[in-house]
Amino acid sequence: MSAATDLPALAPQAPSARRGGLTAERVTWEISGRLILDDVGVLAPTGAVTGLLGPNGSGKSTLLRVLAGVQQAGRAAPPSADLPSPVAQPGPTTAFDGADLAALPRRERARVLALVEQDATTDLPLSVLDAVLLGRIPHRSLLAGDSDADRTAAHAALATAGAGDLADREVGTLSGGERQRVHMARALAQDPRLLLLDEPTNHLDIAAQLHAMRVLRDLAADGVTVVAALHDLNHAASTCDHLVLLDQGRVVASGPVGDVLVPEVLEPVYGVRVDVLTHPRTGRPVLSFDRD
Amino acid sequence: MRALAETTTARGSSAPAGSGAPAGTRLSRAWLALPVAAVVLVLSIGVAVTIGPADLALSEVGRSLATHLGLSGPLGLEPLTALRDGMVWQLRMPRILTAAAVGAGLALCGAVMQSLTRNPLADPYLLGLSSGASLGAVLVLLAGVPLLLPVAAFVGAVGALALALSLAGALGAITPTRTVLAGLAISQLCAAAVSFVIFWSAKGDAFREVLSWLMGSVASATWTSVAIAGGAVLVLGTLLALTGSVLDAFTFGETAAAALGVPVNRARWILLIGVALLTGALVSQSGSIGFVGLILPHAVRLFTGARHRLLLPLSALAGASFLVWADTLARTVFEPRELPVGIVTAAIGAPVFAFLLWRGNHR
Repeated sequence: MSAATDLPALAPQAPSARRGGLTAERVTWEISGRLILDDVGVLAPTGAVTGLLGPNGSGKSTLLRVLAGVQQAGRAAPPSADLPSPVAQPGPTTAFDGADLAALPRRERARVLALVEQDATTDLPLSVLDAVLLGRIPHRSLLAGDSDADRTAAHAALATAGAGDLADREVGTLSGGERQRVHMARALAQDPRLLLLDEPTNHLDIAAQLHAMRVLRDLAADGVTVVAALHDLNHAASTCDHLVLLDQGRVVASGPVGDVLVPEVLEPVYGVRVDVLTHPRTGRPVLSFDRD
Repeated sequence: MRALAETTTARGSSAPAGSGAPAGTRLSRAWLALPVAAVVLVLSIGVAVTIGPADLALSEVGRSLATHLGLSGPLGLEPLTALRDGMVWQLRMPRILTAAAVGAGLALCGAVMQSLTRNPLADPYLLGLSSGASLGAVLVLLAGVPLLLPVAAFVGAVGALALALSLAGALGAITPTRTVLAGLAISQLCAAAVSFVIFWSAKGDAFREVLSWLMGSVASATWTSVAIAGGAVLVLGTLLALTGSVLDAFTFGETAAAALGVPVNRARWILLIGVALLTGALVSQSGSIGFVGLILPHAVRLFTGARHRLLLPLSALAGASFLVWADTLARTVFEPRELPVGIVTAAIGAPVFAFLLWRGNHR
């Protein structure tokens, strides 16, 4: 456990996790009888980057969608027959800064949280600026057009995502990395306090991956609660404050980076041998993998 | 490194002050297209009325209009002779106004369906709504209850849409291609049923009637047609045209729409039923006219981009002018023979459709 306490702080310094942030409990989800999420609990502190880890099919994307409220969370699975059934089993809860997310009206929820999906595309001719302006929809009347304030917010979001020079391009002509930045900018234009991202580094070259992770760090430093599903454990090691590891729809470990990124936890989940080294400059963990 | 450097410099500094301005002016220039398109439509209607046998002048159209609006007295205009007035007011005006209303409505329906299903090939005709509406209309005409015509056409349109979507769903994930294939199947089925019903029941000129339902025609339009098609476009079309922001939210799919706070299921069903209602009302007056709903929104998007607040009203205006001219061609090219207007729209629309398919495969 010493690894957790000795872990060097990231720059820029994340504010100490205040009480608040995202708390989800007893989240369950099944598709045609197959349990995708089984009684999952997540804690993502305010102003921190929380990484959602797990092998393919472990339920990361589904969990993000349930947290985002675009998929309704089901009730916890009924207890097995040999256990006495509890009188009233509490249902799933997802709370952010003390407010019940599921109970918020949709539009209000869309002003609190934003979701960056994997590979969202469109066949329609859409300029990058227009794509980012979509993020302003929850903030204005459905009958109103874009105000100057909306355009200012969209340009600021593009700049934050490092895509300021793409504003006049067409979305269909962008590279994968550029498109990912535009989606990030669209989410930022929603001005969220909670940002959920599904594999924000997927299909990106290494510079773009580091850039995406850097943007997440900066957002967290500004007080945004960031939850990102990640495939690359080294990104998690270098960037995240807090990790949740899923395996087959269950949480198998959660806590500070130094608690989760250890061979005893990772090896059974991923089925590979893991060595944890220390980065010579940052002092953060670096992971190396072998087939055993 | 490049990417990292960009963040550090870009972050914190807000957008460059000038960068909002060009977008702003471009936007307002685009909005000028609305009054321009409205003027083009009014002129198209006026000129189209003069085209045809009997050499009417634009001023005569104006005089006839003034007479019927009770303005000829105050304006000191001579009324036309009864024959020429009848030609303007009883023959051509209802026909051309019906064409305008049907064109506007179909273009609007196409734009809404394309955005809602994220399918660039969606259109009331290709997805079978128009044929379904025709079938409903033909059945009630046969049963002798013409008052139910728009209702039956609506039921037919909804039925065809539901069949097409469930057939597409039964084939697997609902992809644009599957939806169009399913729609074509339903469309052909309904068209065959229309032909069968008419051949079974009618005598003599049945083929003409079959053609006017399957290919579309506004040749027999009356002021009642104008009231039904125009009323539907004004009421339903205005409501649909106001949903721009909701359709915008669907740009990146249903999950993205939900994440933007749109009640996805409710919005989808309300909009699809609105489209089916409007299609039903239009088809009950004009038969099923193809390709207007497919190509007009694409043409307008080239100019407006994919945002809907301008796309929807502009598609409606452009669709109205388009069908006015298509119908004018249909009745004049082989004068005195008349083509069903659907032949003209198909002659223009089919190559465009082929181009869209080709481009879809080459993305």
